Amino acid sequence: MREFGYQKAADVSVAVALLDADPEARFLGGGTNLVDLMKTGVERPARLVDVRELPLNRIETTEDGGLRIGATVTNTDLAVHPEVRRRYPALAQAVLAGASGQLRNMATVGGNLLQRTRCGYFTDVTKACNKRVPGSGCPAIEGEHHNHAILGTSQHCVATHPSDMGVALTAFDAVVSYETVDGPGELPLADFYLPVSDTPHRETALPPGALITGVTLPPTPVAANSRYRKVRERASYAFAIGSIAAALDIQDGVVRDVRLAFGAVASRPWRARVAEQMLTGAPAEAVSFAAAADAELAAARPLAHNAYKVRLMHNLVAAVLTEMVQEVAR
Amino acid sequence: MAPATSSSVTLNINGEKHTLSVDHRTTLLDALRERLDLTGSKKGCDQGQCGACTVLLDGRRAVSCLQLAVAAEGREITTIEGLSEDGRLHPVQQAFLDLDGYQCGYCTPGQICSAVAVIEEHAAGWPSAVTDDVRPEAQPAPLSAEEIRERMSGNLCRCGAYVAIVEAVAQAAATVAEQAGTEEATAA
Repeated sequence: MREFGYQKAADVSVAVALLDADPEARFLGGGTNLVDLMKTGVERPARLVDVRELPLNRIETTEDGGLRIGATVTNTDLAVHPEVRRRYPALAQAVLAGASGQLRNMATVGGNLLQRTRCGYFTDVTKACNKRVPGSGCPAIEGEHHNHAILGTSQHCVATHPSDMGVALTAFDAVVSYETVDGPGELPLADFYLPVSDTPHRETALPPGALITGVTLPPTPVAANSRYRKVRERASYAFAIGSIAAALDIQDGVVRDVRLAFGAVASRPWRARVAEQMLTGAPAEAVSFAAAADAELAAARPLAHNAYKVRLMHNLVAAVLTEMVQEVAR
Repeated sequence: MAPATSSSVTLNINGEKHTLSVDHRTTLLDALRERLDLTGSKKGCDQGQCGACTVLLDGRRAVSCLQLAVAAEGREITTIEGLSEDGRLHPVQQAFLDLDGYQCGYCTPGQICSAVAVIEEHAAGWPSAVTDDVRPEAQPAPLSAEEIRERMSGNLCRCGAYVAIVEAVAQAAATVAEQAGTEEATAA
């Protein structure tokens, strides 16, 4: 590991000034991804600016009845918070479905959004990877890609974003707040991750040196009836091969409002807007769910060894929505 | 100017303060094992994937292999060496002994530290990924074998002693609850 300097930032303005002064500096939150990548040489910062103890660790109800979540709130504190569990249960479930108790206690909300892909070529510095070394190539496309992306990919990168939390936040229209030396800014999560295109090394629309200070969820009544389901290769403590955050409001057998987002299928949490539009106003029944899933997945471009994900996501949409309808009926 | 790459830190471990100079690259796990002779915490994967290095930070379980020592200053660190009180084993330690919750023993300190926290997390009403209803109004799920398996999934055991580990955690949870009940009765 490269030697590095270390400073605990006293406040947000100090933190962004420190990062601005050193292009090789990185923010340190819980460290569960960054420290791991430093050990393998994928990340080689000259300086760490520790932001874990900044006063960004609160979860508050906003004036309009949404929720403001500080960037240094741990995954655990987010998942066990009564208002999250009551008003956005899929968010609590998504967080609880990720990593282990130990890692959830360390990891932070801001860090979760910025975590890097677990593509084996990205994490192995002896291999080519366009995300790590622009222009070096993508061995995954011809190689090991059974858990790679099917949506929004390019010929330069097929890596997935590994977050569970981000899938639920995407379904509920979260907005990311950040601070820079030039002042604060906001980015809807829908615009937060950049298209892969021919620049997979550029992952977010955050300005250089920006510090995420929090995530705001707008009031979302439909989210009170929501769930997260994650499919993985073992029962626990594994990244998803496919996941879904769903929220559903039905009246008189008709879908009044619906939210759908997919995980582990794209370079970012994938909001299934095509499916949502088809479902809104449609009968809340299996035929509608299947048609909506097919419409969303028509854009899928699977590779030789991950085509199963198209069927998997189709089945997840149908199964989760059907279950939610049955629960309402009970 | 190149920043300093080492610092003097004071770590509060098992109620004792230790001041040492650390290269910033030093993880808490390496500081414990290589600098402070606290070798109970084990290095398995060194990548946050196996749980053998689990300790408690401010009472919450964490993997010490991904925790930089320099960033642990000011936190209350509890390792397997700090769990017993007045020469009496922690109920989780006793349960692992009573029920053979191990084979080779390498993952055991991490399993035990994790289980201590799992019992507290469950008692505090925290849901898990297998809890049916996460809403705060829902009846808290009992600490079933399924709940224990999910909550302990961050601790791998290559010997496969899981069956006895789950039994030990369940027994320890019952003992902890009983002791808490006794203390409450005494206090009243």
